[in-house]
Amino acid sequence: MPAQFLINLFIAFLWMMFVDEDELKFSTFFTGFIVGALIVFLMHRFFGEQFYLRRFYAVVKLVLIFNSELIQSSIFVLKHILSPKIHIQPGIFRYETVLRGEWEVPALALLLTLTPGSVVMEVTPEGNVFYIHAMDIEQSRDDLVRSLAKFEKAIMEVTR
Amino acid sequence: MSVSGIFEFLAALLILIGGIISVISACGMIRFPDVYSRSHAATKSSTLAVLLTLLGAFLYLWVTESLVSVRLLLGILFVFLTAPVAGHLITRAAYRSNVKLSESTIVDELEEALQKNKHE
Repeated sequence: MPAQFLINLFIAFLWMMFVDEDELKFSTFFTGFIVGALIVFLMHRFFGEQFYLRRFYAVVKLVLIFNSELIQSSIFVLKHILSPKIHIQPGIFRYETVLRGEWEVPALALLLTLTPGSVVMEVTPEGNVFYIHAMDIEQSRDDLVRSLAKFEKAIMEVTR
Repeated sequence: MSVSGIFEFLAALLILIGGIISVISACGMIRFPDVYSRSHAATKSSTLAVLLTLLGAFLYLWVTESLVSVRLLLGILFVFLTAPVAGHLITRAAYRSNVKLSESTIVDELEEALQKNKHE
């Protein structure tokens, strides 16, 4: 990983010198960095390891998923609030996650609290079982489990 | 309408939608039957409301005064980090101090687990 980053920086500086401007400009450096990233991406299999910006890409993807889920869940809750009669069947259910560690479990809990109709109520001391309060358990349990699997995949791409 | 005019309009629209959503989620705080479903209204919709409002403010400052306000973006980030934690803590504390679930609740798998823990 560090080798790839250093090569990328080196190409960026090289680019800045080849352009040969009168003063240092950040935008030129940035262009060089993008060119360098492209070159490193094309050559990353010769290093025998993953492309180092893949993790960055995974983080961006996670943020996008997070935002879209937040908007969906808000619409879901707002629809319930605005319906003339509130018909909900709340319930608490148990979910066992495959994620481990101090970063992954809180990240999942954070995402979960902002997904449609679920609030994490309790995490066991071992940190692998969540108790989730769902607002409409009959309807949304399958959706919930499906989006949980999506989150787990996205988080694992970042951390592993 | 100039380009900056369009962006100003967009910013105003975002702030307006944020305001409306926060009003609705405040209504939800009153209408839902128990603490646990109220926390749904408190965590989700108001997070979105704050997000939209701050984003609108950010856009407005950016267009009119060409000021990229990092503080507003940080505000969004920290609301994202803290709102779920607050919701989690409130529901957890409520459950631990035996606040009743609403009568329409159908499943409660947490109670069994807590009972088992007590016996051990």
